[in-house]
Amino acid sequence: MVTTPTTLETELLALAGSVPDPELPVLTLAELGVLRDVRLTAPDRVEVTLTPTYTGCPAIETMSADVQRVLHDHGIPHVEVHTVLSPPWTTDAITDEGRRKLEAFGIAPPRPTGPARRPIPLDLTLRCPHCGSTDTTLLSRFSSTACKALRRCESCREPFDHFKEL
Amino acid sequence: MTPHPTTPALPLGDDALILSHRLGEWAGNAPVLEEEVALANIALDLLGQARILLSLAGDEDELAYLREERHFRNVQLVEQPNGDFAHTIARQLYFSTYQELLYDHLATTDTPLTPLAGKAVKETAYHRDHATQWTLRLGDGTDESHTRMQRALDALWRFTGELFDPVDGLDDVPWQTLRDEWTTRITSALERATLTVPAGPRHGAWTAGGGRQGLHTEPFGRLLAEMQHLHRSHPGATW
Repeated sequence: MVTTPTTLETELLALAGSVPDPELPVLTLAELGVLRDVRLTAPDRVEVTLTPTYTGCPAIETMSADVQRVLHDHGIPHVEVHTVLSPPWTTDAITDEGRRKLEAFGIAPPRPTGPARRPIPLDLTLRCPHCGSTDTTLLSRFSSTACKALRRCESCREPFDHFKEL
Repeated sequence: MTPHPTTPALPLGDDALILSHRLGEWAGNAPVLEEEVALANIALDLLGQARILLSLAGDEDELAYLREERHFRNVQLVEQPNGDFAHTIARQLYFSTYQELLYDHLATTDTPLTPLAGKAVKETAYHRDHATQWTLRLGDGTDESHTRMQRALDALWRFTGELFDPVDGLDDVPWQTLRDEWTTRITSALERATLTVPAGPRHGAWTAGGGRQGLHTEPFGRLLAEMQHLHRSHPGATW
């Protein structure tokens, strides 16, 4: 069933969406694309739907707690946060603003994945978020978190994280 | 702990849990830092899958920490010790190729496992890619790396037939098709890596089997002892 969100729901969705990601605080949950829905089920009760980036991402529990706190502070006494897996999150869900912020933060944003469901090969050209050079090499397919790979710029020699396509 | 409900989420969850634990044993011991991070990240993906699957079967903590060996339903391949790095990569190659094929199929069905399969198949494809790249590098590397990679592939080969034994509750999975496709993909990867597809049998005498019925190999008890020790010694402990 599809229903139009009420004014309050729209307001609460914006509020929950403004919560920063616990591991990438330059991004909000809305910019990361993990906030699926906010529904008022009773005058004092809200249901929030989140989706994890990776199946084992430990940040989802902090995200839930942060969203609950923000909505409690806004006067909603009962907040339930559900996690859904389907449809699966993809890096295409990161907004344009989110991509811009990632690059400004020194993380090469993910490239569009297109209709194919598979991760695209990592050796396609990426731009260094520091100097803009396309001459970069892969150092490690995994980095500080599951969602990133580690690369190095051969032009400015700086290592940088790449938010890998999923 | 009494035996579990008979849902296919249990055997698949046990596969993910036990392999995650084995990969976690590399933390602090991997040959290079990047590989340590890689193996830990793969372990984390698998742990996430295990938590969701075991929660479909019951209480995730009780199932992980309070079951006896005979109640675990994982295939014997995932409980095999890490061995040298080549053994770990061979185990990863065999298992992630299987898991990707199985999840890919389950993602197209309509069962309680479908959302997890659709989500995890993308992660599993990345795990398989990681294992394939290392197989190429070791197989087509030095004489020493080639010899050790081949030895690892040969040693674990007899555990691969069990992967395609039908799982209770997954009656619609075309196991024979999956097995043929697995063999095609493994053959292709090994040929590219100048390695030889092991010649030994995968079924019958001298091969493994029975993990899905709760029969496990000797190293499994020691794995469980380490994995369950804290929870059993300090029931209800929290960080």
